[in-house]
Amino acid sequence: MNLKITVNGTTYERDLDPRLALVDFLRDDLGLAGTHIGCEQGVCGACTVLVDGTSVLSCLMLAIQAEGSEVSTVESLASGSELHPLQEAFWEKQGLQCGFCTPGMLMRAMEILDHNPRPTADEVREAIAGNLCRCTGYQFIIESILDAADRMMDDPVEGALRQGLKVGTI
Amino acid sequence: MKSAPFDYHRPSTVDEALALKDELGGDARILAGGQSLMPLMHFRLATPAHLIDVNQLDDLDYVRRSNGYLAIGARTRLQFVLTSAEAASAAPLLVEAIGWVGHVQIRHRGTVVGSVAHADPSAEIPTVVLALGGSMVARSTTGEREIMADDFFKGPFSTALADDEILTEVRVPVWPDGTGSAWLEFSRIYHGFPVVGVGAVVRLHDGVVDRAAIGMCGMAYNAITAPVDALLGREPTPEVIAEAAEAAVAGLDPPGDIHGSGPYRVRVGRACTLRALTAAVAAAGGK
Repeated sequence: MNLKITVNGTTYERDLDPRLALVDFLRDDLGLAGTHIGCEQGVCGACTVLVDGTSVLSCLMLAIQAEGSEVSTVESLASGSELHPLQEAFWEKQGLQCGFCTPGMLMRAMEILDHNPRPTADEVREAIAGNLCRCTGYQFIIESILDAADRMMDDPVEGALRQGLKVGTI
Repeated sequence: MKSAPFDYHRPSTVDEALALKDELGGDARILAGGQSLMPLMHFRLATPAHLIDVNQLDDLDYVRRSNGYLAIGARTRLQFVLTSAEAASAAPLLVEAIGWVGHVQIRHRGTVVGSVAHADPSAEIPTVVLALGGSMVARSTTGEREIMADDFFKGPFSTALADDEILTEVRVPVWPDGTGSAWLEFSRIYHGFPVVGVGAVVRLHDGVVDRAAIGMCGMAYNAITAPVDALLGREPTPEVIAEAAEAAVAGLDPPGDIHGSGPYRVRVGRACTLRALTAAVAAAGGK
């Protein structure tokens, strides 16, 4: 079955087996292995990507269901060797140890900060409830996201982008 | 690839979807949010030969209040209902329970109607629809019928839907003014499936309960309603609520599993009922 999809700004057309999950398409067909496969049953959140600006679990969505959609993965964050402020914050605040949950955490954090540029620690804690981390105990992840909020407000480009950025209504 | 092979159908109208379901019958499963069906397919616990994807059916994306009930279409996402002011005023218990369904990524894709059709015995939404006295609209090429919740849920993962039918709408009655409700659940993991969940609805008239309902999951092989006779016609004092909570679990013999034995569930169920009723009474304007 034919699929036309835009991933991180590049449009692709592929002929796919309908049973291919979106996460497998991203990793195996497009080589975007940043998105991780954890549980494959919608529990861990490691495969979280943004589809049309909304966070979804790419293990529970067929690739062909993303027909006509714009998908953002963790690869969309950095430009070359320059990290996104969110990634900088995770680095400096030690928001990761093994790094397995990090791609999902980052994409979910992008959505959280798009909706709520100044979240409280409790709001962040609740908002990442769908992303499991087995290393950090979450505290450093929450501090990283709060630090990223500061950085992104201070960053004129990122700040302006987010002022005008439309996120999906659902 | 994890799922067994299947033929994928993407109808663009409801009539087209109904014609496909009529033709393919029990070999076809409806794919809405896919947040329950896809894991089952990955494990190959479900191996449908055909999937009919209803995500293109914009006609089925609505939350509507009419004729005393709230109607929710088959393509309406959980997160949309969770943030809908109309749903919050018409069916606060449903909205409160949706807040406990999965987590936000799940709710971005998952649907109310899909959860009802999936009929997981430990899920929040079937329990709430049952407690509120809801009904389901099933459509086929020959017409539509409304099925009351009592008749709809036949057992774990089993419903009254026929092979040629698609569940297109769930209806939840709007309870009158003076109604308060509360959902309470206990789970081992935050936002995991509840070990026990209880939804309570209480309507007060001149300080006396004139209508009430209790729905429970995790207390039997399926979602159940509990008797409310201990509440009706009485002022809901703490003693009366305690009596009602006791009566709600009396005679129940829940199946145990690794998360809790039967007797343990009875104790948790009683405590959850007590707290849910207390919160519902407070929300109804009682003390």
